Amino acid sequence: MHKLRFATAWLGGCSGCHMSFLDLDEKLIDLADKIVLVYSPIADVKEFPENVDVTLVEGAVANLDNLKLAQEIRARSRLVVSFGDCAVTGNVPSLRNKLGVDDLLTAVYHEGPGRHPTGGDEIMPRLLPKVLPLHQVVKVDAFLPGCPPDAERIWAAVSALLAGEPVVLEPNMRTFG
Amino acid sequence: MTKTITIDPVTRIEGHAKISLYLDDDGQVADARFHVTEFRGFEKFCEGRSFWEMPGITARICGICPVSHLMASAKAGDAILGVNIPPTAAKLRRLMNWGQLVQSHALSFFHLSGPDLLLGMDSDPAQRNVMGLIEKYPDVARNGIRLRRFGQKLIEMLGGRSVHPSWTVAGGVRDPLSDEDRSKIRRLLPEALDITGLALDLLKGAFDDFRDEEAMYGNFPSLYMGLVTPEGGLEHYDGLLRVVDSDGNVLEPGLAPARYREILGEAVEPWSYLKFPFYKPAARRAGSGASGEALEHYQAGMYRVGPLARVNVCDFAGTPRADAELREFRRLAPRGRPVANSFHYHYARLIEILHALERIAETVDDPAITDKRIRAHAEVNNLVGIGVSEAPRGTLFHEYHVNGDGILQQVNLIIATGQNNLAMNRTVKQIAQYHITGGKVSEGMLNRIEHGIRLYDPCLSCSTHAVGQMPMVVEVYGAAGELVERIARD
Ligand code: SF4
Repeated sequence: MHKLRFATAWLGGCSGCHMSFLDLDEKLIDLADKIVLVYSPIADVKEFPENVDVTLVEGAVANLDNLKLAQEIRARSRLVVSFGDCAVTGNVPSLRNKLGVDDLLTAVYHEGPGRHPTGGDEIMPRLLPKVLPLHQVVKVDAFLPGCPPDAERIWAAVSALLAGEPVVLEPNMRTFG
Repeated sequence: MTKTITIDPVTRIEGHAKISLYLDDDGQVADARFHVTEFRGFEKFCEGRSFWEMPGITARICGICPVSHLMASAKAGDAILGVNIPPTAAKLRRLMNWGQLVQSHALSFFHLSGPDLLLGMDSDPAQRNVMGLIEKYPDVARNGIRLRRFGQKLIEMLGGRSVHPSWTVAGGVRDPLSDEDRSKIRRLLPEALDITGLALDLLKGAFDDFRDEEAMYGNFPSLYMGLVTPEGGLEHYDGLLRVVDSDGNVLEPGLAPARYREILGEAVEPWSYLKFPFYKPAARRAGSGASGEALEHYQAGMYRVGPLARVNVCDFAGTPRADAELREFRRLAPRGRPVANSFHYHYARLIEILHALERIAETVDDPAITDKRIRAHAEVNNLVGIGVSEAPRGTLFHEYHVNGDGILQQVNLIIATGQNNLAMNRTVKQIAQYHITGGKVSEGMLNRIEHGIRLYDPCLSCSTHAVGQMPMVVEVYGAAGELVERIARD
């Protein structure tokens, strides 16, 4: 049987959507028959691979690393799912958006022996001035709201994707929070 | 330093991080750094909101341990109201907290570290994950899934959902425990206890295969900090702060947690968004004794928190099976001294699961547990509230300053994982120096170095909460998505 090349990724989020994914519990065992997990924060592949069928993306776009990964995911996945409220709306991470760039810049670390983190090198990514939902950065094929979406909701979406059908959620599965 | 190796991203941990290894001319590891690359700013953006909202907002700091934030936040709220919450509410909160300890530790042991321990540190990276575990060891994987599920179900029964339940409030909790759910918990407990027993056998049986890891993975002296009961027992919800040194001397026998600022400081380094908390008295001693000097010597104030620290600082667990395990655990170190090896975080985690399950069993048998008096009502009576609890990864502090209307003026959060920052850096360096010689590096070696981080089970979206003088890039996009302008400020 052809196994779907499946990926999950997280950007700026709390990992709660991934925890809810793991709440599929023993359905994960069924899933292991139907998919190959080609990339995920809970797996060890470091580069986002080519030719991915479906990628669930948790979290909002908060820094340059997130932005780069989002673009790689889009270029290399057939279907991209905005997974959870952070990806869909910006949610809690975007609460920092009300602080203008200047406010953020003038607020300082309490104390420190040396320099503050500066970012901007290859290691430390710069922050974006505003945290953005995923679809403002790349095209998204389906939205799976909830903070987090519960396991039932995730299963509804994943089973549709496995069957090659569009993700159509019942109204009670389209709520936020 | 001639060569830098970067591990990017560090996988099978919660959150975003990288590791840099700096090799000298001879290909030996001169230094290593663990970089936390995300920043969120909770402390700052919560200002101006009501403290009533804080459990709901701060739970979203972390999806693995939302319950810890619910606890610390609600406790800070209790202090602002100035109330003693009803005894049943405190018992119910403890119940949920233990439920979380079980699910979070099960996740760490089975889902995240299990692939290294069972499939092997050098096994195929494409398979080295929970899906690979399901394929190769379906029974172990199923056990892990079911043990985690026990904890998640318990949280859901109490709070209505497994992740981010809005159930704890300043003054108590929103809903009581029903008789039906109480019987359900009783029915689920025996399996969870069995699985924990199996996990302990599995780990102890594997010690022979992990001799190097036992000797080399984060094996160094440090301080340890955790909450204990007033009698010195293992504690996760309330209690007193205890600090012990590597010789087993008790430096702080039992400090009221609200006084944490007297002993803890925070340092900052340019190469990580994660701060470096330290134990001030030790840092001060390393300097001339002046408090201004403490920061210069902050590394001398390194302490560890979390499962290993908690089982090291307590005198006993207080439940029979966990105490039996604890006695065996203590034999790993010379008499009277703490177990200094971070590899044994795994072992400590399993002992804590056992303890939590035993406590859950006791608590559901308490006749008062289904009582309906679960919430105290009051107005703002204090302008400062400090709430402290033990998260799965260590001691968690929420400190809120409010005005008379309960609007937050200032928020300080000290997160469990941050307190292990110094130890995590030290561990990464120790493992790298042990495995890498003459510049030869394999994928398996890098995975071993990452395992050094997994031992601490860090939670990084939790950790980087503080706001600072952040670098900024402003990119302005046009309607078609093209970059119109880019402004960068350091
Ligand atoms: S949507 Fe909610 S659960 Fe998911 S990452 Fe965001 S805050 Fe966490």
